[in-house]
Amino acid sequence: MATTTVKPDTLVGKKIRRREDPRLITGTATYVDDIKMPGMHHACIVRSPHAAARIKGINVKPALGRPGVVAVFTGADVKDAGSVPCVANLPGLRVPPHPMLAQDRVYFVGHPVAVVVATDRYIAADAADAVEVDYEETQAVADPEKALASGAPAVHPQWPDNTAFTFHQEGGDMNKAFAEADVIVKERIVSQRLVPNPMETRGVVADWRAAEKSLTLYSSSQAPHLLRSLLASIFGIPENRLRVVAPEVGGGFGCKIDVYAEDMLMTFVSQRINKPVKWVESRRENFTCTIHGRGHVDYYELAAKRDGTMLGLKLKIIQDLGAYMQLLTPAIPTLSVLMMPGLYRFKNISADVIGAFTNCVPTDAYRGAGRPEATHGIERMVDVLAAELKMDPAELRMKNFVRNDEFPFATATGLSYDSGNYALPLQTAMDTVGYGKLRSEQQEARKQGKLMGIGMSAYGEICAFGPTPATPTGGWESATVKIEPSGKVTIMTGASPHGQGEETTFAQIAADELGVDIDDVVVLHGDTSLVQYGIGTFGSRGTAIGGTALYYALQELKGKIKKFGATLLDSEDVSLAGGSVVHEASGKSVSFTEVAAAAYRPMKLPPNTQPGLVATHFWEPPNFTFPFGAHIVVTDVDPETGQVSIRRYVAVDDCGNIINPLLVAGQVHGGVAQGLGQALWEQAVYDDNGQLVSGEFTDYAMPRAHMMPWIESEHTVTPSPVNPLGVKGVGEAGTIGCSPAVVNSVVDALAHLGVRHLDMPLTPEKLWKVIQAGGRA
Amino acid sequence: MKRKISLTLNGKRTADEVEPRLLLIHYLRETAGLTGPHIGCETSTCGACTVMLDGKAVKSCTVFAVQTDGREVLTIEGLAANGRLDPMQEAFWNEHALQCGFCTPGMIMTAKQLLADNPNPTEAEIRKGLEGNLCRCTGYQHIVNAVKAAAAKAGA
Repeated sequence: MATTTVKPDTLVGKKIRRREDPRLITGTATYVDDIKMPGMHHACIVRSPHAAARIKGINVKPALGRPGVVAVFTGADVKDAGSVPCVANLPGLRVPPHPMLAQDRVYFVGHPVAVVVATDRYIAADAADAVEVDYEETQAVADPEKALASGAPAVHPQWPDNTAFTFHQEGGDMNKAFAEADVIVKERIVSQRLVPNPMETRGVVADWRAAEKSLTLYSSSQAPHLLRSLLASIFGIPENRLRVVAPEVGGGFGCKIDVYAEDMLMTFVSQRINKPVKWVESRRENFTCTIHGRGHVDYYELAAKRDGTMLGLKLKIIQDLGAYMQLLTPAIPTLSVLMMPGLYRFKNISADVIGAFTNCVPTDAYRGAGRPEATHGIERMVDVLAAELKMDPAELRMKNFVRNDEFPFATATGLSYDSGNYALPLQTAMDTVGYGKLRSEQQEARKQGKLMGIGMSAYGEICAFGPTPATPTGGWESATVKIEPSGKVTIMTGASPHGQGEETTFAQIAADELGVDIDDVVVLHGDTSLVQYGIGTFGSRGTAIGGTALYYALQELKGKIKKFGATLLDSEDVSLAGGSVVHEASGKSVSFTEVAAAAYRPMKLPPNTQPGLVATHFWEPPNFTFPFGAHIVVTDVDPETGQVSIRRYVAVDDCGNIINPLLVAGQVHGGVAQGLGQALWEQAVYDDNGQLVSGEFTDYAMPRAHMMPWIESEHTVTPSPVNPLGVKGVGEAGTIGCSPAVVNSVVDALAHLGVRHLDMPLTPEKLWKVIQAGGRA
Repeated sequence: MKRKISLTLNGKRTADEVEPRLLLIHYLRETAGLTGPHIGCETSTCGACTVMLDGKAVKSCTVFAVQTDGREVLTIEGLAANGRLDPMQEAFWNEHALQCGFCTPGMIMTAKQLLADNPNPTEAEIRKGLEGNLCRCTGYQHIVNAVKAAAAKAGA
């Protein structure tokens, strides 16, 4: 096992408290809703209460007549003002036009119908209530399988089969694999719709300056440059006159990568009223109008030999797309296909994806984005196979893992796994929980009528999105490093962190490379007028790609520092030591600040060198990175109530080299919380009429402090060869590893009752019914 | 019809005329110009707007501004005294108890209430005490650590 080398004089690898925290713990950070401008107006959006209806008429007069109301806009006003963008593409993809306000029909509950603009947010909200919309309800369909059945109501009348696309991928020889199999296990596995729910909802402030024909847009975004490019093309505003600022962003988890109708609508409104305008999403709007995640119904078939050798995997994914294509909507299930073999060696796969329109808010990237679904599927199927073969699930996994001498490993889905040691995290987790002893304890517990489960997952993920040909948003990242004349260091990263802590980790990297005090380093991001073009933060890419771009910019500057130092010392025979340039023969040196000053006021320039110490680097990764790990969960299920208690949660994650263990722990804990939310509690429940039943925090059960177990987090370290930092990414690992381990544990607790599979969330009600029915799920 | 209110906000006497229906959170953010208390749900289920009213933690999205007349309101902005962080703020920083930071001001106020009620809480008591405040980033473990650390420091 390789290990991260922590030198005593370096910051990389150390627990360092975050440099972004002082403003956050004092309440002085600036989120979108904290932005105020002279003359700023407030917008409130009138939204459809129906999932499917024709709009027969809209009467805005009762709203317009109210004091303080300056404008009301409806679909007719924005008819030709462009479509909410989708940048993903698939052959034959049907992309419905997606105007920022509904035209003659509404397609989901919460669909924007009109926008009221007023001088005050209370006035705007009152006036929005006064807008009269005459709807003629039509039949809705909210379930993807029902939507694909014949005779289902058409979400979009022009496509009566509700099919947005079909996608097929295969590798190896599936027919041969299934012909040679001794055992074929099949299961239908649902990854339910989830609501991302960052604690800060979305918000937009648009400020159009007609005299300059320029727009400044503050938006709670994970990808401000992408938002700028797309808005520029939609509105015909030159990109150099459009500034997008992602100020403090209160969490994203994927749902803030998108360009939303409201980003466009506030731009439109500000242009029309020639004043700044603010819209801040309510939590109810966030539930109904911000993208959801997951929404899979998966049909799996796994073929294996009697000895446990896995041969091939067939998968049919029915993806609930919702009513529209948001930024990456159709691409998400294709990531599930890429990840479907998990960590295993078999080379035969076949996958079919059917994208189904439903009268629901669109699905898109939510923490893990396609990989949690795939990992949940393969890791459940391995347990189903283990039960069928009466094999220990750990032994079955160990038998089928890609072996250490097989890297880089070419998967049947066309990926090249960069590096790995897949058995190690599982073995480590088993040692930590005392696996053998727990199995004996379980035998005893069952004799006493207790329901105790031991479940595991061995997950892999695709991170560091990614090579540009495989990433619809673009896959590189950028960094600029400026060493100021005083020797202070400013970093501008094209990644747009929003809680991940790059203001700290990037400062650690720079301080080590340049040999400067970390307090002399400032990291800036999120403002397109300040920062060179960048891609953004998602897909566990910030450090692996943004950090690498920074690393190379720093190398360029180190070369230039050495040149200026050599000139000052009047010798070619110099080296960098700490922050200084040293002439070793004489022991003479010049300090970092002396070099910085000389670079901006050079009395003598080094050969072929110009003044200044600024470097910008754009880095395109040659491959994804592939973190992996194993989680083991010990559960007790109360036979009387169906309540699941988690006795032990052990997470062993391998994210390559670690820049800051404190921050990695935070990512693991938060990821596990979201995975546990899916496994046990969370679900976006739409009824048959397309009403979102779990549309408030009171109904949608997000994990709270008392619901979370203590997470025992450990790491193995297998550096990635893809980037010079050896990092892989950790933002999504906890979420991906969690849900299958928890469900496997609960199924294991009930296995002796004949339970083979249960779909999430494993609520007490669901489990109580299964227990009452003697194990019939 | 606007009503006059006069209250002590973060130690300073302040008076305003407000609509009777104005929520305290909107008063603090829109009228008083504060940015610490956040709006996460408007339904008192997330706790991002938590402030102290006469020394007790309340969710300011379900208090009317007029109800604070003659009373004392303390927000996160009023915690640090003379540039010195409150021990709970320091503990949140040291233990990496925040990521995006949006829930943090409310979480810190609730954590302070928790220790005021129970200076030596067990882990289970800490978790129970924080159940009214949602965090989507941290999984709460580092928040629990921060409260433990603040309690230990106060007891030391």
